[in-house]
Amino acid sequence: IPPHLSPFFKALLIVFQGKLTLLRDTKTDGSFLVHHFLSFYLKAGCKVCFVALLQSFSHYNIIAQKLGVSLTAAKEQGQLVFLEGLKSCFDVLFGEEQHVGQPNPLQFISEDGSNLKTIYEFVRTSLMASGSDSWKCPVLLVDDLSVLLSLGVRPVAVLDFIHYCRVAVCSQLKGNIVVLVHSNDDSEDEENELVVNSLCHQSNLILWAEGLATGFCKDVHGQLKIIQKGSSELKAERNLLRIYQYKIQDKNVTFFARGMSAAVL
Amino acid sequence: MAALATGGATPSDGATSFQRKVPASSRLAAIAGTRPSVRHGQLLLSSGLPSLDCVLGGGLAVGTLLLIEEDKYGIYSNLLFKYFLAEGIVCGHNLFVASAKEDPADILKELPAPLFDDAHKNQVDEKETAIKSKQESQESMKIAWRYQNLPKVEVSPAASARFGHYYDVSKTVSPELLQSIKWHRFFLPEEMSLHPEIKTCNMTYGYTRLLQSIQRIIYQEGFDGSYPQKKQKNILRIGIQSLGSVLWGDDVCCADNPEDIHSLTKFLYVLRGLLRMSLSACIITVPAHLIQNKAIMERVTNLSDTVVGLESFIGSERETNPLYKDYQGLIHVHQIPRLNSLICDVSGTKDLAFRLKRKLFTIERLHLPPDLSDTVSRSSKQDLAESTKLLSSGCGAMAIGKKHLDF
Repeated sequence: IPPHLSPFFKALLIVFQGKLTLLRDTKTDGSFLVHHFLSFYLKAGCKVCFVALLQSFSHYNIIAQKLGVSLTAAKEQGQLVFLEGLKSCFDVLFGEEQHVGQPNPLQFISEDGSNLKTIYEFVRTSLMASGSDSWKCPVLLVDDLSVLLSLGVRPVAVLDFIHYCRVAVCSQLKGNIVVLVHSNDDSEDEENELVVNSLCHQSNLILWAEGLATGFCKDVHGQLKIIQKGSSELKAERNLLRIYQYKIQDKNVTFFARGMSAAVL
Repeated sequence: MAALATGGATPSDGATSFQRKVPASSRLAAIAGTRPSVRHGQLLLSSGLPSLDCVLGGGLAVGTLLLIEEDKYGIYSNLLFKYFLAEGIVCGHNLFVASAKEDPADILKELPAPLFDDAHKNQVDEKETAIKSKQESQESMKIAWRYQNLPKVEVSPAASARFGHYYDVSKTVSPELLQSIKWHRFFLPEEMSLHPEIKTCNMTYGYTRLLQSIQRIIYQEGFDGSYPQKKQKNILRIGIQSLGSVLWGDDVCCADNPEDIHSLTKFLYVLRGLLRMSLSACIITVPAHLIQNKAIMERVTNLSDTVVGLESFIGSERETNPLYKDYQGLIHVHQIPRLNSLICDVSGTKDLAFRLKRKLFTIERLHLPPDLSDTVSRSSKQDLAESTKLLSSGCGAMAIGKKHLDF
């Protein structure tokens, strides 16, 4: 019976408050991790602000239902604040001028890319604790950060945005941040590599999904490296590294030790 | 996409669990030329090439973008572009053709003609005889008189009910078939004088105009569901030729350090939003081999749904290599989207080649012919290619040395 990772994540929730988790994928699609964290935090009763830049709401909703959570219900109850990037971008370009109310979070697209203030304001106001809230620690989830560079935002601005969010969400609100980035060993996208490397240094936990070096395999879809930073940088504790292989199925992901895929045993 | 989500939806609060779920297939299959995916009910379109549909997991999903990385001379990518549009004509979809170098009317005139096989021809013939017999048989029935007043067989329009068709590249589509569908055009030289009415967001003028044009068509024709009273839904097939080339006003293809590397990616992002909110699908060909800055192609890939690269053998040493004599080039499937699901229908075969033979274009698994030479060991593709190179330079002895040792 392959070991499941959920007890590991449950333990994380107790220990992990005010931390930055980096989801990273190389030569494969790491979005299954995003879906997992979304449903995990919603089930755990946390207030989640999800900045979904690449896919539509119904996409996440359908998958979340397979994982046992209804995003529509979570939105109605106020547990989930969902930013549908594609729709907001449409409003920026084709919508009416908005003078009243909150500015569009994706307004930065029409600017020079030097800052992400509009999105930061959105995140901060969404996760600010209101009196009637009974949710546990707030969580900011971003899918994905690499897209911002494609929209003309400078890498420094992306890092500033994460920094501001860490101050607001991790330090002040004692919440967690989970962001997804894409990277490649032989990537020529220097701006992206800069962002990814910098985030690697800043994050407390890195989940790195990689395609197998030997190529495509039907039974093992990839390898997941879990790097947990030592709790105290002063004491120079070693990073904890775990490697699992995984197979993605329709309703869940199974993890197993390397070479122990069900197809092989 | 919300309008197309099917199956697995939980009943709303208050409804009992005995609520009968409307079978998704009956509702969705109402749109001609589409079929729901077997796995997750996602509505699929044919790309015009049944063999490509297989490779892509059944077809192209509605609301997604198919990006083709052009081969060096753009010959085969242009073929795929035309197949996509031709399929739209046969299915009765609406077309939106955008180009910066060719007049869209000329592109449409050169689309390949559909090949109707015998079974389909009989179907079409049957429909014709049904119309004739309907008009003739008004006499009363003597034995089955109870069925006298039942309606006769309804004749559906000539749109084909099949998913995926074959085309004859040596013939062009008939003008009658062309006139039967509604299509929209965007030819950049015509649009240069007009000012864009939307915010440019620092995008190239050509891209901004194109986005505005696409959005206008989607809104006016109701592809985004803005006319719910319209019973008959249809698909909008968008084709954009050679996006990113110099003719679009973008210098990503001709400069090592382009002035604005974000124009193309911003365009793709906004286009993605437009596609996701409408009943449409888009094919874009990009001269990727001309883009020096590989970072741009990485970002373009991440912003596209399905990405396919074509590599033709023209002008390369593989053109004369006996291993590849049956094929005209290789096809690389760089990306297949995961939509509404954790998994995607990725095919196990990674070595694919295409061939244009006897007017038909097919994509097949690349397989090496049996090694009937005297040597025991089989040389790999690489070895043979290398040895061919060496042979051509006249170093025969060296070539033999490169092969595996033969005990």
